[in-house]
Amino acid sequence: MKNLKRLLKNFAFTSGLILTVLLVLAAFAAPLLAPHDPNAQDTAHRLEAPSHDHPLGLDDLGRDVLSRIIFGARVSLEVGFSVVILASLIGVTLGAMSGYFGGAVDVIVMRLCDILLAFPGILLAIALVAVLGPSLVNVVLALSIIGWVGYARLVRGQVLKVREMEFVTAAKALGAKSPRVILRHVLPNVMNPVIVMATLGLAGAILAEASLSFLGLGVQPPTPSWGAMLTSGRRYLGLANHLAIFPGAAIMLAVMGLNFLGDGLIDALDPKYRKELR
Amino acid sequence: MTQYIIRRLLQMIPITLGILTLIFSLIHLIPGDPAMQIAGEGARPEDVRAIRTALGLDQPLWKQYVTYVGNLAKGDLGTSFRTNQSVATEIKLRYPATIQLALGAMFVALLVAFPLGIISAIYRNSWIDNVARFFALLGVSMPSFWFGPLLIIAFAINHPWFPVSGRDEGFKSMVLPSVTMGLALAAILTRMIRVSLAEELNQLYVTTAVAKGVTRAKAIFRHALKNALIPVITILALQFGSLLTGAIITEQIFSWPGLGRLLIQSITTRDYPQVQASILVIALTYIMVNFLSDLLYGVVDPRIKLQ
Repeated sequence: MKNLKRLLKNFAFTSGLILTVLLVLAAFAAPLLAPHDPNAQDTAHRLEAPSHDHPLGLDDLGRDVLSRIIFGARVSLEVGFSVVILASLIGVTLGAMSGYFGGAVDVIVMRLCDILLAFPGILLAIALVAVLGPSLVNVVLALSIIGWVGYARLVRGQVLKVREMEFVTAAKALGAKSPRVILRHVLPNVMNPVIVMATLGLAGAILAEASLSFLGLGVQPPTPSWGAMLTSGRRYLGLANHLAIFPGAAIMLAVMGLNFLGDGLIDALDPKYRKELR
Repeated sequence: MTQYIIRRLLQMIPITLGILTLIFSLIHLIPGDPAMQIAGEGARPEDVRAIRTALGLDQPLWKQYVTYVGNLAKGDLGTSFRTNQSVATEIKLRYPATIQLALGAMFVALLVAFPLGIISAIYRNSWIDNVARFFALLGVSMPSFWFGPLLIIAFAINHPWFPVSGRDEGFKSMVLPSVTMGLALAAILTRMIRVSLAEELNQLYVTTAVAKGVTRAKAIFRHALKNALIPVITILALQFGSLLTGAIITEQIFSWPGLGRLLIQSITTRDYPQVQASILVIALTYIMVNFLSDLLYGVVDPRIKLQ
């Protein structure tokens, strides 16, 4: 409780929390919040500037930009959460095994990490989506394939420390098998930094999805995705600037909010993680 | 030093081989029959066969891999489906444009980060420091694919000082893409210089220098800044690699005819040999730059070599 009070006094954390709550709210209550159907076309008023009826204007097909941004939050969060869950599951499992068992498992997992880290992340995602074909599922797959490495390295490092502790030795002495020791005794003690990494990873995944959609490799039309909205808006720069300005602002606010939240969590859980998460 | 270089070079071998394998496997990840997918819907069977033979997909996998690595060793990166020419020709044309853009971005980043970082380190916790902190935060949060269009609206459409896109107007066409790409790096460097210099300014040798009659400016620029720059140099070198991947998006925003744009164009036209070669060149440049920055680290900070 005291920690929470202290955290709420932290300006960055509080604004991060507010932005994140807004993002989640927009995603969940999209049909209630959106003033119009995000895919309804009003071609007679295409590219119309913001007005009372359409506060953020209309796009090139006459669709309400505000409604599309609100529904776009769903895509962003869907991709973000799926990537974080998938990547952390793979990463935590492999990292825990690598750290706990050592030996050949450790060597293989860590060399795989080295190769993936030597490859610029977004480039690998682009390559994977290019061959798998652009779609929401493939974006999640590609981002998870590059995303698990961070979790694996983090968890491995933590497990190496925890496995030497007395309570682990005690559990083993009492006859607990490896899976039980890992799941019940080791993992709960290494989860805090994983939570922080997942918060920051959510921001990273949202940004990566927007980048891929911007390049035409992400979610396909007519699904509203912020990155794809920006790409089509780019064609009308000078003619209808609101098409590029508002989706971009949405991406920035979402990413900034999650980054602030993650940063605040680092301070709350344990500032020493800051170094390990880098 | 030689030993250090050899050790680092040896470490690069498995990583490079891993990356080659990864790029080689890409074409096999295409769902279904790759040759059929590449040929597109409604293609004639002989076209599909021709693609299969051209890519060597009719050979056993191990043979395909050996041929792939062998050809690369001979400098043969493959033949483009679109132009029927060596993919290397197009890459040679586009590579300088990407490097030029990356250097431009680095220049912009240095131009902004040095004065801002130094001033905010000297006047810690003042309003200038707060402005710099806000700028750094904005810089890392603002996606380039948003910042770029905003710059175009402001400085190419509303005030037509710079071209909207392309590379035809020399220096003028470089300004907006370089600023777009340099912003994030400028933000990171500003924080880095601020933290690093602030730490050095607290060291006793700076106090000693001032006590011995050196002016404060001299103590900062002659003594503290030199030591503060060690981590900055390495970050700068490391970030050059990231600039190369950042170029993929920036080149797309400004229709800059570089390697990144070539990659996206080849993906759209399903020119897989060109896709593979572009990815390979970007990845290898990235590894080389990281390798060189590691060496640089060893040169500027001899303690690193001992580890």
